Amino acid sequence: MSDRRKEILTAYLFLLPNLLGFLVFTSGPVIASLYLAFTRWDLFHAPRWVGLQNFVSLLGFSRSLDDSTSILGLFRVPYTANDPFFWQYLYNTAYMMLAIPFTLLGSLMLAIALNQKIRGVVIYRTLYFLPSITAGVAVLVLWKWLYNTDIGLINTILTQLGVRNPPDWLGSSTWSKPALMLMGFVMGVGGSSMILYLAALQGVPRELYEAAQIDGASGRQQFLSITWPLIAPTTFFLGIMSIIGGFQGGFMQAYVMTAGGPAGSTTTLEFYIYNKAFTVFNMGYASAIAWVLFVIILIVSLATWKYGGRSVQYH
Amino acid sequence: MSSTTSARPRGQSEQTLAQLRLVVLYIALTAGALIMVVPFYWMTVTSLREPSAAFSTATIEWFPKKLYWSNYAEAIARMAADGMSFWRLYGNSLYVAAAGTFGQVVTSSMAAYAFARLRFPGRDQLFFGYLATMMIPGSVTLVPVFAVVRALGWVNSYYALIVPGIFSPWGTFMLRQFFMSLPRELEESARMDGASLTQIYLKVTLPLAKTALATLATFTFMGFWGSFMWPLIVTVTPELRTLPIGLTVFTQRYSTDYSLLMAASVMATVPVVIVFLFNQRYFIESIKLQGIKG
Repeated sequence: MSDRRKEILTAYLFLLPNLLGFLVFTSGPVIASLYLAFTRWDLFHAPRWVGLQNFVSLLGFSRSLDDSTSILGLFRVPYTANDPFFWQYLYNTAYMMLAIPFTLLGSLMLAIALNQKIRGVVIYRTLYFLPSITAGVAVLVLWKWLYNTDIGLINTILTQLGVRNPPDWLGSSTWSKPALMLMGFVMGVGGSSMILYLAALQGVPRELYEAAQIDGASGRQQFLSITWPLIAPTTFFLGIMSIIGGFQGGFMQAYVMTAGGPAGSTTTLEFYIYNKAFTVFNMGYASAIAWVLFVIILIVSLATWKYGGRSVQYH
Repeated sequence: MSSTTSARPRGQSEQTLAQLRLVVLYIALTAGALIMVVPFYWMTVTSLREPSAAFSTATIEWFPKKLYWSNYAEAIARMAADGMSFWRLYGNSLYVAAAGTFGQVVTSSMAAYAFARLRFPGRDQLFFGYLATMMIPGSVTLVPVFAVVRALGWVNSYYALIVPGIFSPWGTFMLRQFFMSLPRELEESARMDGASLTQIYLKVTLPLAKTALATLATFTFMGFWGSFMWPLIVTVTPELRTLPIGLTVFTQRYSTDYSLLMAASVMATVPVVIVFLFNQRYFIESIKLQGIKG
């Protein structure tokens, strides 16, 4: 056998285990999912082709006699969504993503602080990193306890500080989302985004700052004209990844802490997909939601790429 | 850096200003770190309180006078009464994560070697296929993968917990990028000496990629260890539950026994903290490697 043929054979043998898994558990399922989105399937009978019905039920509106639907509480329209839950959960998902810029800003400030010449940097970094590394069911159970209305640590402290009626955190549809966002902030601020910012800051050449100091630039000016533009690719990357992750988040919190409530206020699209698929066994509908979610992610990512990417200069 | 007129006072005031800023920085960093740590401290304190006392806290007892270590035994005993051995949950999580990580590192390093170093028809098209699926959210493939697992008769088995998680295209992509960055000279000289491609992969490429492999292993292990939705879907009986699922079942049953809940949570958290403290470097490397995706 020639060397060339031997190389081709070796290549395919090396590729085989992974490729097989890729076909069965990744690319095959992607195609199957697209098909299932156009069917009705309860897992126990054969899938039945229903054309666009899932998408019409999910995204469609029908005319109603009264002005029954309010848009974000601003005005009312004479249409009713076929699936009002989908829109509510999409709103919940987007609302909770409002925490992303705050978390990124917090991570950046933390990274800047830890990039100074101070003692105990390693200890600080470890302490801030800890919540993100332990994130999981155990820590969610812990936070549920912290948020307990009557005897949780947070409300006990608030009462001692003189707050008369501390919020009913996870029990009120007004506070449930902010509560989960605050928790996400504490768990995420010292995590991977801080580490990546720290790496980016260490990549900024020292000479630039030295030159700026000779020119008499203030710390603020140095940040705005050197640091911020040079770490922009990292901000951009973290922004896109957080958006992609944010649209797919919220399952564990809903399952472990709130059951998606109260009044559906903490149900995200991910939790909705899970419930449609594995609580009511409507596999076709769940697949349709998943594809709509994918298209939303794609559009938002591309928009961020187009408009956010402009301010980024790669070096 | 304000501009004052005479030279010497300026130097002095600048020094005081710098020191003041440093003090403020330390105070802010310490206050922040305290906020990070207090929840964990409170978890431990609650886990050691007298079971009835945890419910009647009008005041905060930061340092409980008497410690009830028996809460831990009690939590383990209640789990056992529900048919879940706490050690079994640990064992399952450990086994699934270790086997999954091994599978991921072996299969994706082999595929990555083929993509990075060997020439074969269809290579670029296949690699593009891998890249294309990396963008697609996990919820899209959730239902069909479950259908595959069900068709294979794997529901409620270790296969279901381990196998589908092995083949993330991301591991192959990351290692391929790393292998591409390695110098070719060593491989070529090994080839001159008559080594086969398999020998080169085992004796030259893999040893050079130790850090990347350890990083991928850390990353994958943590993914398996924390995995929640998938084990929830594919396991039915208590003896196959992993730690997160067992803990959820436990918390749903004893939702108001806070000291027991916290005892169980502490037991689930401590191993992660220990592993992290000893392997911090790889945790941080694995995050930085995620960064090269962009």
